[in-house]
Amino acid sequence: MRARLLRRLFAALTATVLLLGCGAQPKSSVPPAGAGQPATGVIVVLAAASLTEAFQRIGAAFQTSHPGTKINFSFGSSATLAAQIIQGAPADVFAAANEPTMKTVTDHGLAPAAQIFATNTLQIAVPAGNPGGVSGLHDFADASKRIALCAEQVPCGQAAQTIFERAGISPRPDTLESDVKAALQKVRLNEVDAALVYRTDVIAAGADVEGIDFDESATAVNRYPICAVSDSANPLTARAFVDYVVGPDGQAVLSKAGFGSP
Amino acid sequence: METRQRHRERVLLGKVPWLLAAPALLALLFLILPLLGLLIRAPWPDAWQVITDDQAVQALRLSLITATVSMLIAMVLGVPLAWLLARSGLPGLGVLRALITVPLVLPPVVGGVALFTILGRSGLLGRPLFELTGFAFPFTPYAVVLAQVFVALPYLVLSVEGALRTADSRYEEAAATLGARPMTVFSRVTLPLIGPGVAAGAVLAWARALGEFGATITFAGNFPGTTRTMPLEVYLALETDPGAALMLSVLLLAVSVLVLVLLRDRWVNRW
Repeated sequence: MRARLLRRLFAALTATVLLLGCGAQPKSSVPPAGAGQPATGVIVVLAAASLTEAFQRIGAAFQTSHPGTKINFSFGSSATLAAQIIQGAPADVFAAANEPTMKTVTDHGLAPAAQIFATNTLQIAVPAGNPGGVSGLHDFADASKRIALCAEQVPCGQAAQTIFERAGISPRPDTLESDVKAALQKVRLNEVDAALVYRTDVIAAGADVEGIDFDESATAVNRYPICAVSDSANPLTARAFVDYVVGPDGQAVLSKAGFGSP
Repeated sequence: METRQRHRERVLLGKVPWLLAAPALLALLFLILPLLGLLIRAPWPDAWQVITDDQAVQALRLSLITATVSMLIAMVLGVPLAWLLARSGLPGLGVLRALITVPLVLPPVVGGVALFTILGRSGLLGRPLFELTGFAFPFTPYAVVLAQVFVALPYLVLSVEGALRTADSRYEEAAATLGARPMTVFSRVTLPLIGPGVAAGAVLAWARALGEFGATITFAGNFPGTTRTMPLEVYLALETDPGAALMLSVLLLAVSVLVLVLLRDRWVNRW
């Protein structure tokens, strides 16, 4: 009797999982923010870990140019954030590090696809001074070197896998990190000789980390989609923020952070 | 014996005031419902496939081995430390006790970073070790054990210390008066006296080590077979296959409950 009651309770709970989606519209059909009603109030922006520094800068600029708005960021692995949105976490804007992850969210929704706002490529990150003497992608196959890669379950890991396949190299990693910042952290702490991370992460890490370019990086270009979540509690501000990111001001910050334009 | 005890418990239960019973029931529900949720939502048709997966078996094996080794290390180091805290009467013990609880309040990820600063390749002790031998702890199973001992040791120390404080020290005094050396007193009188406390502390430490995530993923990294324990496997599975993550959680839960029940019957009840 009680068991049946419990089961019903759980069925009811699971049934309330909301249908969510992305409602980013083509740029041209949206009037610039501020033209009609002014954007105001708080929005929650979930963004891929690799966007941390750039989005914090964009967020500060947005709040200055849109008085009365407040942006709360949550940065993390795109897949984790997507899972949170699908589970009903409050979110107004979602920016992912690759398209398949965004698709898991849009597939639950009503609106068409999200908008690509930036691209990113991988770069070899080594600790300052390059103590491991890493010179290129071939060093990732050297078992005597300590190597961190992203796990293949997350976007930076997928990109790395593509690159190693194209380059015909079998990497010998010592650890498979669950997001790109974790891989970078190991480089920063000088606990690994090299990691494969986004170019933007190397720039953001400053003097602790050096970047090494390699030819194959062009074979895996990550495209970053952004969208306003369709059941946003503050759709006006959410849309204004998305427009700001794809607009000239947002793009200037992103380009300075090392992102490519779409 | 057992039935008499049960009888006594039932009599007591009949007199439980509802002011205690209501919050107790709420606490029970709060702890048990999420576990029930795991069981209900887990994709049972895929159960066999998920739990016989090579990676899952490998992770479970690593988890059980490292948690057990960590528990043994915690016992060997922790019981003497608890004794020091409870019996030695040294000055500054209050400060020491506060320091020991720090790993309890420290977020485990911070614990992982802290371990790097000492035992990492560039750490205070890790650097000379690396320069002399070429060996470094991070990304090895040793690092998993170090991370687990770091977070689990305080649980054992605190519970053994609690047992020592409530144990009657007059037995130890009597043994000492009769001429037993301090070490003999400890092994022949103190240890049997606090047996259940040590066992309970060991079980706590084992459970905490088994569930360890933050310090492990930070300090030991995440590589199948060497450092990817069950909690890390579950976390990674959440990225791509939440169903498999639920099933793996159920597997970890089942194995730990089984071990705890076996331990309880064979070990704890002996005292």
